[in-house]
Formats: sequence, structure tokens, C-alpha cells
Amino acid sequence: MRRSLAPQMKFGVLQFPGSCDEVDALQAARRVGDAALIWHSQRDLGGADAIVVPGGFSYGDYLRAGAIARFSPAMESVIEFARDGGLVLGICNGFQVLCEAHLLPGALLPNANLRFTFRQVELDVVRSDTAFTRASGDLVRLSIPAKHSWGRYHADEPTLAELEDREQVVLRYAPGHNFNGSVRDIAGVCNEAGNVFGLMPHPEHAVDLLVGGSTDGLTIFQSMRLAVEEGAHV
Amino acid sequence: MLRVGVADRDPGAMRARVLIRPKAGILDPQGAAVERALPALGFAGVANVHVGRLVELDVQDTSQLDSMCERLLANPLVEDYEIQIHE
Repeated sequence: MRRSLAPQMKFGVLQFPGSCDEVDALQAARRVGDAALIWHSQRDLGGADAIVVPGGFSYGDYLRAGAIARFSPAMESVIEFARDGGLVLGICNGFQVLCEAHLLPGALLPNANLRFTFRQVELDVVRSDTAFTRASGDLVRLSIPAKHSWGRYHADEPTLAELEDREQVVLRYAPGHNFNGSVRDIAGVCNEAGNVFGLMPHPEHAVDLLVGGSTDGLTIFQSMRLAVEEGAHV
Repeated sequence: MLRVGVADRDPGAMRARVLIRPKAGILDPQGAAVERALPALGFAGVANVHVGRLVELDVQDTSQLDSMCERLLANPLVEDYEIQIHE
């Protein structure tokens, strides 16, 4: 890690009532930079260079996962931040929130097997040049945990064609790992500009060999740091 | 049956029901699970089961219902909705 660079980049990690992975996201972000929590009712993003919308059950997942969180004051600011080119990472519930906010295409539906599933998944890195994967280096496959019951990615055919055309599919479940039934094995997508990225599996839980099964998740946070330092997201 | 009686309603408000369903063609695992469970209980001849959501609400201005559905109550990317208005 390049320690000489100053000042450190700062991650802002959103926290909604019902979030449960914000602390792991904070700890993961702190391994590559500075990080602070942003409470959902706060409009001020505290000068963050990049935003993480974490996993959990924002607002109890009432109505639909992510449907209510999308209208929180903090999210209104994140939408503006994203439109100005700021880096936004959505993990699990955060991915659902970003889809509901239309910052990412598509939607997440209940797992095809109707079960909450918690397992380590292997993800093929389809694009290793994005602001969220550029530090993956020679890693063509990431091993990180997934845990959700609403993770089946869905988009209609024209949208899928557009996604493939514009190379917005960043991660796919490796053969045998698409347990939720996502269309075309899609595990993570970015927006057209490449500054907003969402995935169902949890990179923030795979940053320490003691508990994460691998440290592959760290590459996502390291990539974001590189992208912020380089000042170019795409 | 509507759960809120006319007496409980604000003057001028209308009772509305919004039925939200998974869009046709999208895999509906809940509907499929119910469809498999019914024959197990001895109910034969059941097909095309789908499970959705029901939102009941009193509204002053029924013309806003469509926009409420588009923006919050349903996700038009994956769900269809049907608005019913009761006197």
C-alpha cells in the first residue's frame, strides 16, 4: 500500500435504520483509506471522495428491499454525488438501493430457491479495468461471501443487450455459483459512466484471512482508492 | 373486505387499493411454491398461481395514485400494478 500519499482518501459509508454491514464496510475501507459513517437523515456527505452503500435491511426492507432508503436525505445527496461523477459502491442491500434509485439498471428479485443463502461464491472478473476492479491484477476470479434472500438480478432483454454492449457487466458468478438465479449469471454491474457499481456478494467481509475465507474483497476498496488518486473513474 | 370503515376515513378521502403483481414472464418462485403446495393438500386443477402485494390507502386526490405507484408502491421494471378506487 502506498503510505506516502497525503492526504488520505476518504470513504463515506451510509447507515440506515436496519443496516447491518456498515461497520464491516467501515473497517474494510479503513484498510485502504480514511472512512466515516453517514447517518441516513444527513444530507452532508462530509467531504467523502467515495461512497459505500452497505448491506443490511434498510427500513426493514418494507415494501421492497431498498425502496424506502432510496428517498432518504443521504441518498438524495448520493444521487447528486454520483451524477457529478463520484464513486459509489453498493453492496447487497446497497445494490438494491442503487437499483431503486435508478443509478444502476435492473432490479433484484427473491432468490429462485426462495431461501436465504449464506455461502462463499466464486466470481469471474469480467472487467478488470473499472474503478472498482483495477487493483485485481492477475486475479481473474474473486472468492467472497454472499448472504441474501433477494439477490436474483433481473433486467429485461433490451436492457441486458445494452449492458453487454456497453460492457457494464463487471462480475459474473462462476459456473456452479449462481445460487440465486440471476439472469446471465450477473453478480455485479456498473452504470454507463463507470462510476457507480453494485454487487450482491460482500467484499467487505473478505478483507481478512481470519474470517473472510480470502482477502479478495479488499481489491474492490483498493481499486476505488486508485481511481480516486488517479482522478479518473473510467 | 376493507379493513377501515367509512367512519374512520377523513372527510373527502377515497379508499384505494393497489394490487401489485410480478410482471408476466418474470419467474415468480412464490407463486410456483404455492402452486406446488396446493395439490399436496388435495386441491386439484390449480394453475398460474402468482403471489403479489396489496396496499390499501385513503387518499384525498386519487389522481396522484398512478404517480405513487410509479415512484414508490411498485417497481415498474418488474411489477405491474392495478388501482381500484372504492367510494
